[in-house]
Amino acid sequence: MTAPTVLIIGARSDIGMALAHHYAAAGHRVQLAARRMAEMEADAADIALRHGTSTSVHDLDILEPGSFAAFLDHLPVLPEVAICVVGLLGDQATAQTDLEAARLTMRSNYEGPALLTGLIANRMEKRGSGTIIGISSVAGERGRASNYIYGSAKAGYTAFLSGLRNRLSKSGVHVMTVLPGFVRTRMTAGMDLPARLTAEPAAVAEAIYRAAAKRRDVIYAKPVWRLVMTVIRAIPEGIFKGIKL
Amino acid sequence: MMLSGWGRFPQQWCALHQPRSEDELRALLVQGPRIARGNGRGYGDCAMQRNATLEMRGFSRMLAFEAETGQLVAEAGVMLADVIATFLPRGWFVPVTPGTKFVTIGGMVASDVHGKNHHRVGTFGRFVDWIDLMGEDGEVRRCSPQENAELFGWTIGGMGLTGVILRVAFRLRRVESAYIRQTTLPARNLDHVMALFEEHQAATYSVAWIDCLNTGSGLGRSALMLGEHARADELPRDRRAAPFAVPKKRARTIPIDLPRAALGRMTVKAFNALYYRNARAAAGEKLVDWDSYFYPLDAILEWNRIYGSRGFMQFQCVLPLASAHAGLGELLRAITASGQSSFLSVLKRMGAEHGPFSFPLEGYTLALDFPFSQEAARLIERLDAITLDHGGRFYLAKDARMSAATLRRSDHRADAFTVLRHDKGMTNFRSSQSERLCL
Ligand SMILES: Cc1cc2nc3c(=O)[nH]c(=O)nc-3n(C[C@H](O)[C@H](O)[C@H](O)COP(=O)(O)OP(=O)(O)OC[C@H]3O[C@@H](n4cnc5c(N)ncnc54)[C@H](O)[C@@H]3O)c2cc1C
Ligand SMILES: NC(=O)c1ccc[n+]([C@@H]2O[C@H](COP(=O)([O-])OP(=O)(O)OC[C@H]3O[C@@H](n4cnc5c(N)ncnc54)[C@H](OP(=O)(O)O)[C@@H]3O)[C@@H](O)[C@H]2O)c1
Repeated sequence: MTAPTVLIIGARSDIGMALAHHYAAAGHRVQLAARRMAEMEADAADIALRHGTSTSVHDLDILEPGSFAAFLDHLPVLPEVAICVVGLLGDQATAQTDLEAARLTMRSNYEGPALLTGLIANRMEKRGSGTIIGISSVAGERGRASNYIYGSAKAGYTAFLSGLRNRLSKSGVHVMTVLPGFVRTRMTAGMDLPARLTAEPAAVAEAIYRAAAKRRDVIYAKPVWRLVMTVIRAIPEGIFKGIKL
Repeated sequence: MMLSGWGRFPQQWCALHQPRSEDELRALLVQGPRIARGNGRGYGDCAMQRNATLEMRGFSRMLAFEAETGQLVAEAGVMLADVIATFLPRGWFVPVTPGTKFVTIGGMVASDVHGKNHHRVGTFGRFVDWIDLMGEDGEVRRCSPQENAELFGWTIGGMGLTGVILRVAFRLRRVESAYIRQTTLPARNLDHVMALFEEHQAATYSVAWIDCLNTGSGLGRSALMLGEHARADELPRDRRAAPFAVPKKRARTIPIDLPRAALGRMTVKAFNALYYRNARAAAGEKLVDWDSYFYPLDAILEWNRIYGSRGFMQFQCVLPLASAHAGLGELLRAITASGQSSFLSVLKRMGAEHGPFSFPLEGYTLALDFPFSQEAARLIERLDAITLDHGGRFYLAKDARMSAATLRRSDHRADAFTVLRHDKGMTNFRSSQSERLCL
């Protein structure tokens, strides 16, 4: 029996590519979804060569919810595992004054991912099986001056995933929320990240793979972040608002 | 950021870029002097440029494989280790490999690497079908013996000075197992080891580990190691079912820079004596897995740190067959007289010269390394002079300190390369090494 098919939405991202390799290495067939999919053909060839699995690429823009149903209809099969990796950090300072920039961040991190995962969930629910994995962020756990527009959209997505999990708990469909801390990717390129809190994409992919097999609900891709966020959440708002973060 | 080669000397601040696409790379090419960098396993300053060093590790995809011909098309930043991990289990191996698997395909082409089988098959470049090369103008040119043949030739062994290699099509070879039948032959001295090399020209792989401390009649005593790919039916019975499976080993890391004293003369002497004794004890044949056979040093990650923070200097020359015996004798005597010790000293018989700027020529190559010091630098200059006297030349992938004059005296091809680079508009592909060597 071949291992179940995995759909990766936002496959070009470093975390997405790391996931694709990890699942393919474990024998899964992978479907790569991204915008400008023609550029992904080389990645698909690489995955197929290295891991000897079949791979397909699919065009998807997360800002076009009207295309989602057709996108799912055209997949070779409804996947067993769907992972949404799409995200956009955006520039906080710009987004504070430029409504369109703020809206793009909100739509890319909340509206699009939530609508698409919701649609996939409905189809999986009908089938009675499947795993949905949403990549949100620790930034959604508490709003901070430096990235609250991104953070609030991630908070929305985290809440969406938690509600979906609640709704589907008896349906055979599992929903897992991933809250990465810092990850060394294109998104954080050039930032000065603290080494002990920063994960490599391959390590994040492995953590996700293992947690999904155990049907965990919420994971921090690097465990130390559970502690960090417990502390950050515990700080009273009166004090929190005065801290520069 | 601060960069260096594997020898950790010299270290230099360089603007490091990590392009991920041809467009990003093209945009970087308009900014003046720049050089491509692979995985930084060249020892000296060949993959460094202050103004812009372009690390190619982001181009790391394998694109196509044809089982009829064994042709693999890979992006330049693909690691040799990944090629082996992917294809050895399917019965394919690289036709030529350097002594570490942590190099990129682009780096292997740019240095036109040689392996323990050079006397039989030549360099890696002999197995390259075509190269996609990005020039200073941002254009990508397909280069092969048929198309842009001159550029193809100079790019192989051209040390990144003809452009940025994007993709390479090269041929893998079939193997029946992941094992090598290794035969170790002890050699009393230089005469003996050279005679053994000549006698065993038919061996697929041959290389000698040479003791650089012995003097007199034991000058050049060594252990010659021959190797053949093991056929499946040559494996012990219990391994025949899975001829490509190799027991897993744990890599060790040298945790900190060792103090210089840790690698004193005594240590090396003891090491060499032990090695020679082992060679004698182990004389005869044994089966060795591919990783231990080709890449013994890779088992100790970051082994370059044993030389301490000041790094070390490599020296590798090749001497033509006719003058090799006299030249090697003089080189070894100069080393023993200096009191400097080389930790890893490797002697190898090379086959015929090929290509406009590749290092090898028919004769003997000697590779040495010394912890960095003023005395070692003086010794290496002495070794340069001996090499020049005997008509030899130097391997640029190992060089960190040669002078432009020495290069020109050793290699008449250097001037032609400089002229070509001017005529064909390649002069902005420039490494710290090429600036030092006025290439
Ligand atoms: C332990 C050890 C053992 C070795 N043994 C051998 C051996 O047996 N035989 C042998 O021949 N060599 C040997 N070498 C040398 C090594 O194979 C070469 O230096 C090789 O070029 C390193 O590849 P790299 O990817 O690390 O390239 P780098 O060191 O990063 O670069 C080397 C050169 O290649 C150029 N280059 C790299 N990528 C590109 C690209 N995409 N386009 C254009 N130019 C590029 C650089 O500009 C530079 O001039 C050894 C090195 C080590 C550390
Ligand atoms: N890196 C971190 O430190 C970190 C921390 C916490 C959470 N995360 C989350 O981890 C996920 C992966 O991020 P990453 O670090 O790997 O960064 P990344 O490379 O920037 O990944 C983001 C991906 O989202 C895709 N995307 C954005 N807008 C899209 C759209 N309209 N349609 C389709 N795809 C779109 C991007 O596609 P293009 O390639 O086409 O631009 C990109 O591949 C994101 O959700 C991010 O928020 C990252």
